This record gives sequence, structure tokens and C-alpha cells, in this order.
Amino acid sequence: MANGSLITDELRKLIGVTLETIVFKVEEGAIQRYAQAIGDPNPLFNDPDFARKTKYGRLFAPPGFTGWPVKAGRLSERLLGSLAKAGAPSRLLDGGIEFEFIEPIGADDVLTATTKIANMTERETRLGKTMFTTLETTFVNQKGEVALKSRSTFILF
Amino acid sequence: MAKQIYYEDVEVGTEVTPLAKIATTRMLVQWAGASGDFNPLHYDEDFAKAMGVGAPIVHGALKRAWLGHLMTDWIGEQGKLKKLSCQYRGMDYPRKMKTMDEPRDGETWWCKGKVTKKYEEGGEHLVECEIWVENGKGEKTTPGSALGALPTRSAK
Repeated sequence: MANGSLITDELRKLIGVTLETIVFKVEEGAIQRYAQAIGDPNPLFNDPDFARKTKYGRLFAPPGFTGWPVKAGRLSERLLGSLAKAGAPSRLLDGGIEFEFIEPIGADDVLTATTKIANMTERETRLGKTMFTTLETTFVNQKGEVALKSRSTFILF
Repeated sequence: MAKQIYYEDVEVGTEVTPLAKIATTRMLVQWAGASGDFNPLHYDEDFAKAMGVGAPIVHGALKRAWLGHLMTDWIGEQGKLKKLSCQYRGMDYPRKMKTMDEPRDGETWWCKGKVTKKYEEGGEHLVECEIWVENGKGEKTTPGSALGALPTRSAK
């Protein structure tokens, strides 16, 4: 590696490694509060009686909502800590996300989310020397179906 | 919700019905609570300055959720959102509050999109869209894309 690379050998070893698996329940009230925070009055996300009569059969979660707190696929303090220990910069910005919605996610679902580091790159940006870390998370529901996949990019500088 | 849109109603270039949003300091607090993202970058002036962004910024994930709202409204109850992605390219700064629940004057954000491709695959009628959030100056701070399946008028 060139001198001054942000991606140390220690960090490089983390690529492809599963960082954490978490299990959580999608609560009805959490879905409603999330929809309200977005300002989305869609009855699918707000009105359980309405939602029960639809094909979803239960309060449906707005795209990307996977239960409170939304932590799977996020760079939690713990994950950030393990990156920092391996030499990563400590300042963090959210870079973006890709979702693939496979099965509906709704109230009372129990999701198991597994997150791994998919990639690390670096380049010079207006923030200075900047590292881009991509996390891949797979969400499996209580029936064993893959319900959602996400790829999120975090900017460390 | 708006009336249901069908695959037959859509062509390449068709506009996704735009959605206006106003980010406020109050909304950011509400979003922090609802999402569980308590990063002080979004409510602490000094911390935001130290992070090099000048002042508290709108959560990228909130803008992404707005784009989700744009798409689920447009494809309707019978549509299915299959993919959504976006990049947080530009910083957005919330309006401050004038009263408990009224923002000061300032910028309005628009979530917008247009159809870039329509095709059938695996028995589904799919539309690809370019989507984005633009700020009050018309700059796309959050560009992205979406893939949705729409119902057809002549169900096969």
C-alpha cells in the first residue's frame, strides 16, 4: 500500500467478516411512530384495522423500517469502535443505502439481521482523506424467508 | 392515498407525482426518536461544527424515508416496491421553529422522480425510476433510483 493509506492491514482483514447478528421484533407502535416522523399518513402504515383488510394482513412497515431502533446495517458505536481499534478514522457520515425488498415486513414480525463488511475503499474528498465502508445486511423473518437485503455506505474521515 | 396507477398508465419519462417536505428542527427530533438514531450531528450545534458540517444536518435516512414515501404513494396499495437506493450527496439544513409547531420561513424540499424503463419479467410489470430529493435551490442533494411492480388493467 502507498504511504498514508487509511485502510490498514488490520482493517483489510475485516472485509467479508460477519460483524454481528441481531434479532428484534417489529412493533406496531414503532411502525406508527416511524410513519408519523416521516409525515406519511398512508393507512397501511398507520391504521391497523385498515391494514388487516389488505393483502398484508397487518400493519405494514414503510420501506426500510425494520423495527426500533433501526440499528441493523447501521454503523453502531460498537462496530465503529472495532473499526477505530483497527485504525479507521473516527468521524462518520452516512453515505447512502440500497434496499432490496423481497418479502413484506410488518407488525409482529421477528427479524434476524446479519451484517458484514462488504467493502472498503478510500479517496481524497473535500473532507480530506476519506474512507468508504460498505455494510451488507440480510434480514430473515420468523418463517426463515429472506425479507430484505441492504447495502449501506458509511464515510469515515 | 391517490388512486391506483397501472402499468399501462406509465411510459418512459412519466413523472412520479412530486411530494413536498419541510425539514424542521422539530421533525429531526421526532425522526431521531422514531428511528433510534441519536447521533448529535443532527441536533447539537457545537458537535456538528466539530464534525465539519457547520450546523446540524438533516438525517440522510430521513431523506431516504421521504423517497420511500414518494414511491409507496405513487405505486399505490396494489403496487410493490422492489428496490430503493439513494446517496446522501449534499447536506441539508432544517428550518428552525417559529412557534411550537410552525417552522420559520425557508426552503421546501421536493421529492421527485421519473420513469426510466418499463419491462415485464418473471410475470411482473416493472418500472424503474430515477428519484431524488431537491433542496430549495433545485439542487439534487439525494439522488437515487427505485424499482416497482405495478398492477395491470388487463390482469393476465
